[in-house]
Amino acid sequence: MKKGYPLFVLLAVVLFSVAPIMVARAPYEATMGLVQKIFYYHVPSAMVMFLSAFICGIASAVYLFKARPEADRIAAAAAELTVVFGLIVLVTGPLWARKAWGVWWQWDARLTSTLLMWMIFVAYLLVRRFGGPGAEKLGAAMAVFGMANVPFVYVSVNIWRTIHPTTRVVPTLSPGMRGPFWFCVIAFMLLFGLLLAVRARLEQRRADVEHLYLIAGEE
Amino acid sequence: MFLKVAWLVMRKDLTVEVRSREIVYTTVFFAVACVLVFAFALVKEGRPLEDAAAGIMWISVAFAGTLALGRTFERERHSETLRALMLAPVSRPAIYVGKLLGIVLLLLIVEAVLVPLVGLLFHAPIWNRPLLLIALLVSGTVGFSAVGTLFAAMLVRARSRDVMLPILLYPITIPVIIAGVRGTAALFEPVPAVDLAQMWLALLAFFDVVFVTLSLWTFEPLMTE
Amino acid sequence: MSFDFTEVAVRDVSRHYGRRRALARVSLTCRSGEVLGLLGPNGAGKSTLLSILATLLAPSTGQVCYGSHTAGQAGPALRARLGFLSHDLHLYPELTARENLEFFARLYGVEAVSERVTTALGRAGLTARGGDVVSGFSRGMRQRLALERALLHEPRLLLLDEPFTGLDDASVAALVARLHELRATDRIIVVVTHDLDVAERLLDKVAVLKDGRLVAFDDAHGRIREHYRAHVAVGDRCS
Repeated sequence: MKKGYPLFVLLAVVLFSVAPIMVARAPYEATMGLVQKIFYYHVPSAMVMFLSAFICGIASAVYLFKARPEADRIAAAAAELTVVFGLIVLVTGPLWARKAWGVWWQWDARLTSTLLMWMIFVAYLLVRRFGGPGAEKLGAAMAVFGMANVPFVYVSVNIWRTIHPTTRVVPTLSPGMRGPFWFCVIAFMLLFGLLLAVRARLEQRRADVEHLYLIAGEE
Repeated sequence: MFLKVAWLVMRKDLTVEVRSREIVYTTVFFAVACVLVFAFALVKEGRPLEDAAAGIMWISVAFAGTLALGRTFERERHSETLRALMLAPVSRPAIYVGKLLGIVLLLLIVEAVLVPLVGLLFHAPIWNRPLLLIALLVSGTVGFSAVGTLFAAMLVRARSRDVMLPILLYPITIPVIIAGVRGTAALFEPVPAVDLAQMWLALLAFFDVVFVTLSLWTFEPLMTE
Repeated sequence: MSFDFTEVAVRDVSRHYGRRRALARVSLTCRSGEVLGLLGPNGAGKSTLLSILATLLAPSTGQVCYGSHTAGQAGPALRARLGFLSHDLHLYPELTARENLEFFARLYGVEAVSERVTTALGRAGLTARGGDVVSGFSRGMRQRLALERALLHEPRLLLLDEPFTGLDDASVAALVARLHELRATDRIIVVVTHDLDVAERLLDKVAVLKDGRLVAFDDAHGRIREHYRAHVAVGDRCS
């Protein structure tokens, strides 16, 4: 695994340098024009965000019930990445919305529920950072409850409001767009996996250092 | 045994509250103050904005509920009595249920003052479908308190718990607020939209079941230090 | 709930909070009919050890055995055999003395609650004040009440955190007599204290902790001061 890092980093760099070219070459969409290209980064980011949130929830549940410290480290890393990729989604979304709907923010269902989910993970990071001793458990509870909350948020916000393009966008893409799109998805997934592994390893290292300090103190 | 412990804990909380009346008085006053503050924001030329009554009602309940949760567990912190409860040879989820019932009862008392007040000040037809309105209030309060009691209990030992409680609680309970506000607003229509309110009520009931179960399930691992 | 034990063994127990080490590899045992004293300066880890014995804290490494069971194996049945007098007293200030005792007696499933509570109030010297709320009590009165609260269910293992704080001389003497009485009924008693005078009258075994480490563990035999002075600098004593 350790040896694989440079390879994966290189691969990610290559993918992300090629992606803009592919996106630029992709055909223009009829009504949206240039702005539609946001979609190549927006949707993969959203996919990664949901994957990351899901990983955080599962890892937190494992930590809560099995008390495995590794699970907590993965959860923490995944929560941070959820917030980062969520930020990309929440910035690119309004950029697109400005063109499509004429306003920066619409209380549209999918936008709103994404914002709410993002807030749950920001709260997770806040409680871990400022909760004091034992805050990992508080965070884990937040993530588990947050995950259980997703369907409720989704349903309630959906009934409350819906104007997002409801037709399933992805399968109806024109062939010229499909290639760059899946290319971007792979690039983002790879980046996510890489960041998750690095971040979890950093936490692991940190725990090792703490442990060494403890042992040194016992001498 | 489970129910007996829950009953004991709830009765203890209520005895304490009846003696001091601190939480009831302060929370009711706080809720009323909330209503007034929102009134200045949401009443235009003597007429409330559309659906303002339902929104104000639920936001006041949520705010007052946070206050009540914080105070209730501050009491258990005072002489570390929460630890004493954890030491008792009883099922810990039963203690959670006892605390939850206490909070729910307290909030229902607050709502008993709040709802007529909102009806009066915002000309909301609270008598449209009283039973359905009560069902919405009860199920919403249970859902909010179920999550709130668990978080407030586990925050007892945390630093900066006063600000952490709303930070954790509000994102999770947004569905309760949405369902409560929309369901109540549907009832407050000139012709009450009963089926819409019933749908929101179903969502609330479902939320209650899921989150009470989840809380019972996680209470024990969360309370072990 | 028929779980019982006659010995508590702390085996290689450490507890740390992040980088801070509260206890480092402590091992000691105590049998029924013995009073073990935990001595040491502030921050030595005495209260942490007591909390671990009370199952309120889990050790980071090592384990505590109650008879042949660990805390995890015994669960609530073990908690029914533990009595813990915390420094925080664990009393509801808004409730009366009687209500406090009754509440906990019922939680512990004690039989004949009202007689037990009346006896306990008598032992605490609070018969006349049973109907008064605890917030009006002096520290000494609360301390006595809290002790009786911890004894309501006749625990096998009694854990006392600074039980002599706030007591006048007469109450200290009464408490020492009470603990001698309890020792005679085969209990295991663990006391955290600063008071060397009382310690000399009471302890069978002494464990001195410093910086989370166990620096002395021995039968007391009237040599408590020796042990204490040998390991704890005089400056540490003032707390």
